[in-house]
Amino acid sequence: MKNGVGVAQNIVLFGGTSEIGQSILRRIVKPGVSRLVLVSRDIDAASRVSQDLVDRHPELDVHHVRYEASDAASMEHVVAEVADSIGDIDIAVVAQGLLNENVDYYASPSALIDVVNVNMTGEMVLLYALASRMRTQGYGKIVVLSSVAGERVRRGNPVYGATKAGVDGFALALDHELAGSGASVLVVRPGFVTTKMTTGMKKAPFSTNPEVVAQIVEKGISSDKKIVWAPAPLHWMFLILKNLPIAIWRRLPI
Amino acid sequence: MTMQRLSGWGRTAWTVADVIATTDENQIRSMLSSVGDRGVIARGLGRSYGAAAQNAGGTVLEMTSEHDPLGVDAVLDPISGILDVAASVSLDSILRMCVPRGWFVPVTPGTRFVTVGGAIASDVHGKNHHIDGSFGVHVRSMMVMLSSGEIVELSPESQPAWFWATVGGMGLTGIVLRASLQMLRIESSKVRVETERLGNFDAVCEAMSGDGEDDSYRYSVCWVDLLATGSSMGRGVLTRGDHATAAEAEGDDPLAYDPRLKVSAPGWVPNGLLNKFSIKAFNEAWYRKAPSQRHIGIESIPAFFHPLDGVNKWNRLYGTQGFIQYQFIVPLDRTDVLRKVIETFSAAGVASFLAVLKRMGPQNLAPMSFPTEGWTLTLDMAAGIKGLAELLASVDAMVLDAGGRHYLAKDSHVSPSAVRRGYPRLDDWMTTQEAMDPRGVWRSDLSRRLGLVDPRRNP
Repeated sequence: MKNGVGVAQNIVLFGGTSEIGQSILRRIVKPGVSRLVLVSRDIDAASRVSQDLVDRHPELDVHHVRYEASDAASMEHVVAEVADSIGDIDIAVVAQGLLNENVDYYASPSALIDVVNVNMTGEMVLLYALASRMRTQGYGKIVVLSSVAGERVRRGNPVYGATKAGVDGFALALDHELAGSGASVLVVRPGFVTTKMTTGMKKAPFSTNPEVVAQIVEKGISSDKKIVWAPAPLHWMFLILKNLPIAIWRRLPI
Repeated sequence: MTMQRLSGWGRTAWTVADVIATTDENQIRSMLSSVGDRGVIARGLGRSYGAAAQNAGGTVLEMTSEHDPLGVDAVLDPISGILDVAASVSLDSILRMCVPRGWFVPVTPGTRFVTVGGAIASDVHGKNHHIDGSFGVHVRSMMVMLSSGEIVELSPESQPAWFWATVGGMGLTGIVLRASLQMLRIESSKVRVETERLGNFDAVCEAMSGDGEDDSYRYSVCWVDLLATGSSMGRGVLTRGDHATAAEAEGDDPLAYDPRLKVSAPGWVPNGLLNKFSIKAFNEAWYRKAPSQRHIGIESIPAFFHPLDGVNKWNRLYGTQGFIQYQFIVPLDRTDVLRKVIETFSAAGVASFLAVLKRMGPQNLAPMSFPTEGWTLTLDMAAGIKGLAELLASVDAMVLDAGGRHYLAKDSHVSPSAVRRGYPRLDDWMTTQEAMDPRGVWRSDLSRRLGLVDPRRNP
């Protein structure tokens, strides 16, 4: 159960090894949090990256659940397993995602299918399963890690951008569906975040790091916001980028 | 199905429940027979500050009778002063009915807008706790509907374990339908009040200690300025008194009672209106307003007992972020902890609009009743303060280490272990609770957060 000072008792992270996800946990795990579930493909890796957090909060009851982010059919079951281990889900951070930058999708269509399965199909089914659970609970917050890449899909990685565009729109509409249920969705739109996912990539303007994203998410959770941008000025930048005529958009060096 | 968003008086931690407004026994019984697995909790006027009267995803039974066309469902025995009253009736209604007849409620909290059911479930206390104890000890008997639908009569003589588990049981043992209360005889609707200013915290504690004259006053409470620092740290205004005699009250009708509301807080108060600076200014004015020498005056019941009730919906003064009301108690010899807590809040820049200190009398037989012999300090603060979770956790530890505890009717943040440590008879209570409600039907957001009802029991 969440408490009166905005602390959630039970928190779940989907994509347990995600750097942004872990940074968010480091911000929202405070005195009052009792149970944490890390849902990941690789339990060993998830426990490694969360070790410092667990050390700092010895009172925390940590659970691990294994899942395959691309396996949409299993999501219902995964969420049930999480709920069986901790009860109500106060905050679910959905940070699963596949970037697959520099992959030649012409040569390997299966890579495209992987991205769509993780970022969209699997995630949408997961979001529905969480939404249905939280509707029954009468409260709960789903934090969806979207991306500015979905705001205007660019060449270079159109697959990633398109999946983010899809899941972003889906998550916002899901929040609309949940209106009045006590449950809600927070869509997080980070720009370029320096993580292992983006190592070696050219930094974009307003690039940021997981700590900044986490700080913005923490504030977003305690407000009634539906969307947060990380960093905030990206909101205005994309308002412009989104509305540029195609001819100009295509000339931009991005 | 009326899905409704609910919070406590502090306006934090909102959740949605199916709200059914009824006081009808048959309707309640039929609702109980088809209850979902998120259970039911009764709600009165929603004055508990935290999540005691809300039930996320479950059912909330709203039991108030403020606008009952049949009038107040209460019968007063004019000889004995025993009031037989429906649990949905508020202390406000009782006072309107009984004060003109010369009877006062045995205990009133800082607001009269609480129902009898809520007063029993929270085992509320007032300024007379050091003399008269809490609300529960004035209940002669009560009719309680169990989760099976059966109605039982509980009294301290016939069913002591179940009676005392219900007193302070936060609504988790059954629904109180009616109660018999022993009222207090009064000659007038006025209170003779002695007010004095005390320049620092030592003076406050000394004046209120049981060794002095404090026990000669039925009512005693001290407002404390938490923002004063240095030599005036913890300065306060002590008010003590008793019901005035007819002669003291003067006037044609000494029992005349008029508790009309004065003003309403607007709905648009910005977050942060009550901040360190505005509260510091208020505190200075409030302290200066009190006479520097002991002063005796005659006050009305609302002015003395329920000053905040004069402002309708005063809980909006903290804006949309809501507020926390922090009330704890520590043993009599631990004034050092009170001082440490005040210093901690002050150092963190936490401003409290209302900080109240009171010496409490002995504990009653209810395992979950809050008051024990000791000092209780109550303060409120904006819920949106940065780092509040960490700050409160550190203060919680000071309180618990000193053998103290937190008041569940006000609580909106403590951890399950804080209740376990603060209430040594929790297990006794849980055993009785399970006997009274084997299916685990009674649930609230508070019970969920604190693990008061085993979640594995399935309604």
